[in-house]
Amino acid sequence: MTQQFYVSPEQLMKDRADFARKGIARGRSVVVISCADGIALIAENPSPSLHKIGEIYDKIAFAAVGKYNEFESLRQAGVRYADVRGYSYDREDVTARGLASVYAQSLGAVFTAEQKPFEVELAVAEVGLAQEQDHLYRLTFDGSIADENGFVVMGGLADQISDVVSGAWEPELTLAGAMRLALRALSTDKDADALPATAVEAAVLYRASESHRGSRRAFRRLLPEDMSRLLTEEA
Amino acid sequence: MQDPSAGPLANQATSSFTEHLQRSRPELLPFNQCLPAGTVPASPHATTIVALTYAGGVLMAGDRRATMGNIIASRHIEKVFPADEFSVLGIAGTAGLAIDITRLFQVELEHYEKIEGTLLSLVGKANRLGAMIRGNLPMAMQGMAVIPLFAGFDHVSGVGRLFSYDVTGGRYEEQEHHSVGSGSVFARGALKKLWKPNLSEEAAVSVAVEALYDAADDDSATGGPDPVRQLWPVVYTVNRAGNRRVPERDLAAIAGDIVESRAIAGREA
Repeated sequence: MTQQFYVSPEQLMKDRADFARKGIARGRSVVVISCADGIALIAENPSPSLHKIGEIYDKIAFAAVGKYNEFESLRQAGVRYADVRGYSYDREDVTARGLASVYAQSLGAVFTAEQKPFEVELAVAEVGLAQEQDHLYRLTFDGSIADENGFVVMGGLADQISDVVSGAWEPELTLAGAMRLALRALSTDKDADALPATAVEAAVLYRASESHRGSRRAFRRLLPEDMSRLLTEEA
Repeated sequence: MQDPSAGPLANQATSSFTEHLQRSRPELLPFNQCLPAGTVPASPHATTIVALTYAGGVLMAGDRRATMGNIIASRHIEKVFPADEFSVLGIAGTAGLAIDITRLFQVELEHYEKIEGTLLSLVGKANRLGAMIRGNLPMAMQGMAVIPLFAGFDHVSGVGRLFSYDVTGGRYEEQEHHSVGSGSVFARGALKKLWKPNLSEEAAVSVAVEALYDAADDDSATGGPDPVRQLWPVVYTVNRAGNRRVPERDLAAIAGDIVESRAIAGREA
C-alpha cells in the first residue's frame, strides 16, 4: 500500500503557483492599451493563424499568454458564455465584468481542484463610449482578478515591458501612438528599437464603431498591411 | 459556462451555436417545444417579402404589416434583417417564432465566425437556415410555420444569390427574383414585368418597392407605403462591400414617385 505523504496546503499552493508561473514566463508577451480611439491589443506572435487575441462580443475582446490549448479553450468558452447570455437576455447585458468573474471562477476551480493549474494569464477588455468607461481586467492562473487602469501587460517579461509602457502611457494617445508604444515596449529584450509589424498580432476595439464603421461589433483584427499603413500615416 | 477542464474537449467542441444550445440550454431554442393538443390562439403573422438580384448584388424588401386574422397586429413590424455582414434574411409566417429564429440565425453566424476565425460560405449559411426551419417543422404542423427568404453576396463567384425555403426546411436556389408571404403571388407578377437583367441598385430598390405596392393593392395582409405615419418598406441591399439599409428618405421619395405615377395614369390596375 502506498502511503500518501503529508504536504501542507501552503506548500501545495506554492508549488502549483511556481509551476504555472514558470509556464507563463516562457511565453511571449501581450500588451493591451486603452487610448483615445479605443483599445489596442498587441501580442508578439509570429503565427498569422494561431491567435492570442480574439473577439468575444460586441465591445469585448480577449488576450492571453501561456499554453495555446488552454487559453483557446477558455476563449471559446467565453464566446459561448457571451453568446448564450446575449441571446437569452439582450446584447447590452453582456459585460466584461460578468465574463471576467466567470473566468476567475473557472481558473480558481482548476487551480485548487485539478492535477495541474492552467498555465495562462488572460486579459478581458471592454471598450466604453468614453475612455473612463473602458474596463481592463487581468486574470491570473489562480483565479485572481485585477481591474487595471489604462493598460495591461502580461507574459514572460511583463515587469520590464510594463515599465516602458507606464513611462509613456497617457490617456490622449492615438491608436497609432498606442501601437508604436506597444511595439517599442515589446522589443525590450531585443536589439531592435521596435518590433516590425510582421512579428506581432494586433487588433483594435474601436470606440465609435457604430458611427464610423456602421457596426456594433467594435473588434477588428489588423493585418500586417493595416499595421504598416497605420504606423506610417501618422508618423 | 462549460468547464474547459471537464472531459475531452474535442467531443464537446462545436462551432454551431444552435448545437451548443441544444446540449446545454435546450429551453432557449425557439422551436424545441412539445405543444399539447389543441388550437393555438391567433397570433401575429408576418407577410410579404420580395428579393431580387441587380448588377453587383442582391436586395431584399419587406412591407411593414403584421396581421392577426382580420386585425392589423402591427404597422411598424420589420421583417427583413441583416444576417451578417454579407447576407440578409426576410421572414414570413408566425412573427413570434420567426423573429426568434432570425435572432438565433444571426447569433449562429456570428458565433461560427468568432470560434472559427472565418466566415461561413454563403451556401453553408443557407444550409444552416434550412436546418433551423426543419427544426421548426413540429411547430409548423401546429399551424405556426415560418418561411424565410435568404440572400447574400457570394465572394467566390462574385454575385448576389437568393435562396427560398419550404416548410420542411428544403432549400432552393432562386434565379433573378423571388417573393414569399401572403402577397407573394401579386408581388411575383409585378416582379416578372418590372425586373430586368443588370438593374442598377437605385432602379432595383424602386422595382422592389413597386412590387410591394402591387402586393398591398391586392392582398389585405400586406401594407402599402403609409405617408400619414411616414412608414416605408424596409429595404436592404447586399453587395461586395456588405449590406446596407436603404435610408428612409430615399424610400419616401421612391414610394412618392410610384404613387404619383399611378395617380397620373389614373387606371384601375
